[in-house]
Amino acid sequence: MLSQLRFIPLLPLLGAAYLILFGRRHSKRVIHTVATVAVFASCVISLDAFFFGLPQVVREGGIIDAVFPWFAGGDLAVDFTLRMDALSGLLCLVVTFIGTLIHVYSVGYMAHEKDYARFFAYLNLFCGAMLMLVLGDTLPVVFIGWEGVGLASYLLIGFWYQENANASAGKKAFITNRIGDFGFLIGMFLLFRATGTVNIPDILDAAKTGSALTAPLWLGQSVAFWAGLFLFVGAAGKSAQIPLYVWLPDAMAGPTPVSALIHAATMVTAGVYLVARMSAVYMLAPAALAIVAIVGALTAVFAAIIGFAQNDFKKVLAYSTVSQLGFMFVGVGTANFAAGIFHLFTHAFFKAGLFLCAGSVMHAMGGSGDITRMGGLAKRLPWTTRVFQVCWLAISGVPLFSGFFSKDAILDGAFATEVYGHGLAWVGPLVGGLLLLAALGTAFYMSRLYFLVFTGPCRADEHVQQHIHESPASMVFPLVVLAVGAVLAGLAAIPPAIRELFGKHGESTLATWLAPAVGEPMEIAHSAEWRVMGISTVVALVGIGLAYAFYGGGYRQPAHAFVQKMPGFVALARDKFRIDELYAKVLLRPFRLFCNIVFQLVDRILIDKILIGGWTFLADILGRVFRFFQSGDIQRYLAAFAIGAAVVVWIAARPTLPDDVRVKVEGRTVKVDMVDPDASRGALRYSFDFDGDGTPDRSGPTPSATWIYGGVDHHEVTITIEDSRWHTRRILTRTFDLR
Amino acid sequence: MPGHFYILVSLALFFIGTTGVLMRRNALFVLMSVELQLAAGSLALVAFSRGLGDQRGHVVAFFVMALAAAEAAIGLAIVVSIYRVNRKIDLATIDELRN
Repeated sequence: MLSQLRFIPLLPLLGAAYLILFGRRHSKRVIHTVATVAVFASCVISLDAFFFGLPQVVREGGIIDAVFPWFAGGDLAVDFTLRMDALSGLLCLVVTFIGTLIHVYSVGYMAHEKDYARFFAYLNLFCGAMLMLVLGDTLPVVFIGWEGVGLASYLLIGFWYQENANASAGKKAFITNRIGDFGFLIGMFLLFRATGTVNIPDILDAAKTGSALTAPLWLGQSVAFWAGLFLFVGAAGKSAQIPLYVWLPDAMAGPTPVSALIHAATMVTAGVYLVARMSAVYMLAPAALAIVAIVGALTAVFAAIIGFAQNDFKKVLAYSTVSQLGFMFVGVGTANFAAGIFHLFTHAFFKAGLFLCAGSVMHAMGGSGDITRMGGLAKRLPWTTRVFQVCWLAISGVPLFSGFFSKDAILDGAFATEVYGHGLAWVGPLVGGLLLLAALGTAFYMSRLYFLVFTGPCRADEHVQQHIHESPASMVFPLVVLAVGAVLAGLAAIPPAIRELFGKHGESTLATWLAPAVGEPMEIAHSAEWRVMGISTVVALVGIGLAYAFYGGGYRQPAHAFVQKMPGFVALARDKFRIDELYAKVLLRPFRLFCNIVFQLVDRILIDKILIGGWTFLADILGRVFRFFQSGDIQRYLAAFAIGAAVVVWIAARPTLPDDVRVKVEGRTVKVDMVDPDASRGALRYSFDFDGDGTPDRSGPTPSATWIYGGVDHHEVTITIEDSRWHTRRILTRTFDLR
Repeated sequence: MPGHFYILVSLALFFIGTTGVLMRRNALFVLMSVELQLAAGSLALVAFSRGLGDQRGHVVAFFVMALAAAEAAIGLAIVVSIYRVNRKIDLATIDELRN
């Protein structure tokens, strides 16, 4: 089983294929059993490989499954190889475990859906593609997974395609991701050009040992910088970072389990995974890391601010996801890769939990996600409320919950990092400060969400209120499991400062475990850790307290006062800072204009008028000309034929040219001599005009003649060969100089 | 009789035939003129064959006869069917394929 990693992505893919082909024939029970068992089986295989196979080989690069050599040409050889090392193994567990839970949840959530098989087929397709992305050992394999999850994401966002908005949201996600994919490809090509390989371990080895990646490429920056930057463009597209984040909030148009699985827990973290995977390359380019960290920090703050003003349950969570992904990018961008992955790990639990709570709430509220029409749901949805509380405290960074530890690890790294060197040393404190702001914002908007939805009086209609009910067991079970995860996931990486209290030394479990894949963890002074922990605890509590003051038990006076005081700002935040409109103006409109010009010039004029119209015009003119000859009178045709035949005969009857014409000059004597086999038949007559007066000077049946010139000069002899039988002739000339 | 006499007769026949093909309006006469051309060709073949002492010309002349018979059969059949449709066989008026 150990080397059979291939079954991990294969089983869900087979499930997807089966459900697409034959799903319509089966009952819902069969459909969800097939889909869930496929993912659960790969979860079991992953667990087995991770806990029993991997520990023995984790220092030697992990478990490898060389499935087949995919293609080769020239210097390029691409193998379809899968590898589970500490990093990909962890991701694999997250994907299969949370994937299984969400399949189970979907059984309840999608129970009334008509297109049941299609939904589960797409979910399975997503899981298969995501596992390929994670396990891929060569960049092209990763890229297939990368595109596969993009496809599944597109299909699932637009799952209810009958509504135009959902279909457009799917397209928006796909197109925005294409921009990122372009960056991914360029990055891959740059790495291939520099190292001659697309195998990730070989590239990382080249980064650690050789100088291939440090050579300057453009603008004085190294190959590693540009490759890292372009790969980050891909990562920013997939993981919804500035400026490519706009698709993720719209992606909430898909069913809620999809939002939880794809657009919160797994797919959107692929960018973070990619940066961590290529850690050795990024270590060569601190400037690229700085860009990653700054973009991540700005996204974290920016998305948190937008999150303040959103009134849709899932939109708040979507911006929260964008913001938390920013945290992860700061983690990897400060070369604190283990912390970034740690946050990815904990976030997967609590954010999936939050989304599933959102689904449960919307299920109870008749499908509406408008939090201004909610409130007081704590009494009606006890299980959902408890799970939400846990996940809310975790994401807000309240101590002892998982989010606290992972966020802390990132903040520690941001303040302590020394990866940037002197010129960029300001980056660490800057992103650290921004993250504290974002953490405050996170605590605030998540608490706002909690207070508005679960506390105070219910603001929904009478009719809706009557139908509020707790969700079925298949939905509650995954919620509870995720809540447990949201508490316990933090245990994977207790910070060294706390470990010391329990008499343990050294780095956290997770960091030690990930070290072979992403490099040794950062050494951070324990005093600094305690300081950051204290600050972030205060930040979290202040955020929650502030939110209580504004929204505890429903909208309160300070909230109204704030809106009245700064109506412009609130409206701007509610409109997501009108970034979509800005893109429409700055990017889309010029692009449309450009397309229109190209369409008018190239399509309408060049192709339609000139290339196609030109040929039809030519054919038309030629047709008019030739029609004149097409008299229909057969005798006229025959006459033309007779004339043509006569011309052919006349041409054929001309004397053939001699094989060789030699002109011999001796002093002033010129001798012309021709080799002509036809001369022996006696029918030919040769005339020579030496002096150029137009009359022959010598003539006779022999193909040669001699002439003596009076003076030196440039001369020309004209030879006429005449056939006396047909009265046909050929004329040729030769020139020569006399000295 | 000198050998080139046959050739001269053949030439004369061919020119008469060609003139007939190009000038006569009646399809039957055109067909007959084609027969004249073929006869001229056969005569030239036979004449050269005899003059050069080579029997191959005779052989080809027989082929020409077979060809002439076939051509006459098909040509007449076409003329007859044209006549059935048009009630006349004046080539100047048969110009359905004009323009």
